[in-house]
Amino acid sequence: MPDVDVCGLVCPEPVLLVKRKIEDQGQGTITVLADSEAARENIKRLATGKGWTVKVEEQGEQWLLTLTK
Amino acid sequence: MLPFKGKGLVTLTGLTIGALAVILMAAGNPKNMGICIACFLRDIAGGLGLHSAAPVQYVRPEIIGIVLGAFVAALATKSFRTMGGSSALTRFALGFIGMIGFLVFLGCPMRMLIRMSAGDLNAWVALPGFAGGIALGIWFINRGFTLGRASRQSNAHGYVFPALMGILLVLLFVNFAHLQFSTEGPAAMRAPLPLALGAGLLVGVLAQRARFCLVGPIRDMIMFRDSYLLFGMAGLFVAALAGNLIISNFNVGFVGQPIAHADGLWNFLGLALAGLCFTLVAGCPLRQLVSAAEGNTDSAVTVLGALIGAAFAHNFGLAASPAGVPVNGQIAVVAGFAVALAIGLALSKVKVFAH
Repeated sequence: MPDVDVCGLVCPEPVLLVKRKIEDQGQGTITVLADSEAARENIKRLATGKGWTVKVEEQGEQWLLTLTK
Repeated sequence: MLPFKGKGLVTLTGLTIGALAVILMAAGNPKNMGICIACFLRDIAGGLGLHSAAPVQYVRPEIIGIVLGAFVAALATKSFRTMGGSSALTRFALGFIGMIGFLVFLGCPMRMLIRMSAGDLNAWVALPGFAGGIALGIWFINRGFTLGRASRQSNAHGYVFPALMGILLVLLFVNFAHLQFSTEGPAAMRAPLPLALGAGLLVGVLAQRARFCLVGPIRDMIMFRDSYLLFGMAGLFVAALAGNLIISNFNVGFVGQPIAHADGLWNFLGLALAGLCFTLVAGCPLRQLVSAAEGNTDSAVTVLGALIGAAFAHNFGLAASPAGVPVNGQIAVVAGFAVALAIGLALSKVKVFAH
């Protein structure tokens, strides 16, 4: 199970959910499951901007993003 | 597929839309409009006979082009994905109400920028209203407002909306006798069909790839200090400003601006209402068209809500004209706020009022 599942959500909800998770957790590893290019790119931009490294893994029609800091 | 990406692509998209708007103006589209999603959906509603306001009836090829361009781009990049089932009727209502706001101001955010770039100060007054409406939408989103998750559907559902646009295009090409076309007024001002369609296709492709939106820039700056989409908005303004200066269509003032009225309060409130509604449905009218073309059937329903809202705006005498905003329109904006705020409150997880 991913830590945050943003599948089926549209802007700005995916970024908002991930932002809250990032702020709660502060550091470590967070996995995010996304199913749209917009969510994938926006989350990547948010996390990178906050100093997290982002690994993107394609899983069929979805992407698993692994955020680490 | 495209040699640009990220901020470069979204800036290029904005610059292209701004330039095309001026080219379309020079080629016959209404002044200070060029491309306006709200106005053109209103024209299509009239063209289909859904309202009978004689000056604003035409099946605008730009809209068809945007949808088909975005559809092809989504298919080509394998980003077409049919999603749906997230509060369709509520989205219809928000699209409907937001459209009334746009038609009280006389334009969507794209036309707001084009009007601003031509020196129309009324649009500069409407901009803070638009931003205020977006901020109000964010207030709800921060309190857990959601229209819920969409789920993956069979792609067949996602082809319906682009197919509807394809049918409209055929009707337009064969000059179907039951389409209503204005002989005078804004909708009688038309760029040649191939140019209008081609411009729409290009906008559709670019907007799909760049995820271009005109609610997003203000929303993302407020919520996340994220300037990505702002580059697109700035590009549109800069290109339209340069174009307007080149074709000598730059006149600073409030009075006598093309297809505009100078009632500041209602310009402000109209776009505030629209900003609120289109923040709650997650994107400006252009974004809704593109998203619908990518297979999002919820966005398609939002567009239909806007289309029917435009028809009602003219059937019930709500839409503004250069003469001003009719009383019915003023009442509709106030009622629209009441409904949109009720939707926002009802769907926020954090209850603002205790039960």
